Amino acid sequence: MRREPARGFVQHLPVIFPGLMLTIFFIVPFGTMVAVSFFRRQQGGFYVPDFVLANYARFLTPFFGNVLIFSLYLAIAVAVVSLIVAVPFTYLIARSRRQTQVIWLVALLSILSLSEVIIGFAWSTLLSRTAGITNLLVWLGLMQAPQALVPGFGAVLTGMVYQAMPYAVLVLYPSMVRLDPTLTEVARTLGASPLKAFFTVVLPALRTTLIATLIMAFIFALGSYLLPQILGRPSHWTLSVLITDQALYQSNMPFAAAMAVFLVLVSLALVSLTMFAGKKLEA
Amino acid sequence: MSGLVLKGVSRDFGPVKAVNDVDLEVPNGRFVCLLGPSGCGKTTLLRMIAGLDLPTTGTISIDGEDITHQPTHKRNLGMVFQSLALFPHLTVGGNIAYALRIRGLSKEEQARRVEELLALVHLPGYADRAVAKLSGGQRQRVAIARALAVSPRLFLLDEPLSALDAKLREAMQVELRQLQQQLGITTIVVTHDQREAMTMADTVIVMKGGEIRQAASPVEIYRKPADTFVADFIGSTNLIDIVRDGDRTMLLGRPSAVALPYGVSKATLSVRPEDVELVAPSSDLPEATVTFVRDLGGAIEFFLDADGTQVVAVTSPRSRPQLAIGDRVGLRLDPAHSVVLTR
Repeated sequence: MRREPARGFVQHLPVIFPGLMLTIFFIVPFGTMVAVSFFRRQQGGFYVPDFVLANYARFLTPFFGNVLIFSLYLAIAVAVVSLIVAVPFTYLIARSRRQTQVIWLVALLSILSLSEVIIGFAWSTLLSRTAGITNLLVWLGLMQAPQALVPGFGAVLTGMVYQAMPYAVLVLYPSMVRLDPTLTEVARTLGASPLKAFFTVVLPALRTTLIATLIMAFIFALGSYLLPQILGRPSHWTLSVLITDQALYQSNMPFAAAMAVFLVLVSLALVSLTMFAGKKLEA
Repeated sequence: MSGLVLKGVSRDFGPVKAVNDVDLEVPNGRFVCLLGPSGCGKTTLLRMIAGLDLPTTGTISIDGEDITHQPTHKRNLGMVFQSLALFPHLTVGGNIAYALRIRGLSKEEQARRVEELLALVHLPGYADRAVAKLSGGQRQRVAIARALAVSPRLFLLDEPLSALDAKLREAMQVELRQLQQQLGITTIVVTHDQREAMTMADTVIVMKGGEIRQAASPVEIYRKPADTFVADFIGSTNLIDIVRDGDRTMLLGRPSAVALPYGVSKATLSVRPEDVELVAPSSDLPEATVTFVRDLGGAIEFFLDADGTQVVAVTSPRSRPQLAIGDRVGLRLDPAHSVVLTR
């Protein structure tokens, strides 16, 4: 379809408005952050405009390298676990009656109204030795003595998956509902068991959505800075924790900005890699 | 007996009886059409044969083997759905090869069989095409080829041609019938289009309200409908009240040569429009007034009013009687070409 080129202010408005919003709310803050990352820090928590690479040079150390690798590892783990939990969950919801769907979705989305602090301390209590779920397991005779599951990697992962799940379901739900249920019926008439039909038809047909969910959960987990502190040991602290620490408590804005820019670049690279792999899979 | 046998099959959805106590026998190699208006239970019946729905009561067996509770994927079926439901993530070849892949055939065998099937449905060389880029008729053929990939015991089609335009649909009906005869595969088609059923089927099964009203060959269904519903649903017909009056029968206010069965005082006479003969008015024949003339070129339809009863007559253009709206005509209804229906 050919269209007339847009003329005048009014016809350009549909482009101008989002462009303006993008500039104000994304390009300006991000540009500021990039600029600050090259500024020089002064004693007393101030910084002056300059162009120094010292902030970037500072985290080219094994310590920050390890933190970066752990951050990526944790974010990937959260994304994968969220997907594994959310896919069957959403599929079952999408196949149930309308009323059942609404109840489940409302319950799930109510998680979004909880603050990260509450989620963190709730899980920390739930996984503790004195009041945690291990007491329940002991009472059921499945364990010998109550155990503390917090702090630890498992606790951090659990808390962050809990937080990422509603978002994952929100991304998956529309495509799952729209997926033609006769696709699985066809697969069954062609000799696939229901489980096989799920893996050979439902998942491949939803591939694009699955990749989108994975990326969304990954980015979401990468930005989390509270839960690793509440539920983890210092060794489970992510780059986001260090950024918060530098920006708020050490008052080293340029260094925090440099780390943030680096984190953005690395996650952008990973996201494009995932999308590229997704395209490859499609071909 | 060999073939598909349904005994006393019912399916309830809550208080609704979608299928009610259906007995059916389909000998191997037969082409059967389940025909009826929407909501008559024909699709539910087909889904039970496929195992996608379970009967509330009754048994289904193939060649003497009870398959009532056998899961769908073990029944060795080919099924074409109304929505076709081609796998959007696979190519044409990938769709057709799906059943072969599930059964673990080698890549070479899959490719060979796909080419065979594509040739069968007149789409050679389409294996690598994307499903989304096909036309309606091509998608139809791919769905058929996919269903036939493993030479199934039963070939089931649920309103397979409803998405196509009228011309293509008629062509596909002929093609589907020829394909079935070539393969000799037991085929069951659900349709609400009586022309489609008449074109393709060995046996037409007319359903209404979850029950089978009549199961017979297309010609027999047309010529000897079992009841007024079947007579009206298959083609068009004139349903005219016929009553006993002493030792005579009365039709449209005149004595008639049509005999009523013993003990029946009131019935309906079904006369096909082409069997209504228009003659000059006379005192011993029912009379009617022409209310509308529809000249379709290949046939001319006369709408007539016989004392409040509408009668339609069809004549060929060659024997065109010179009639205009408002003319009075006599109706000759040959008892040999009409059916007395008591239900």
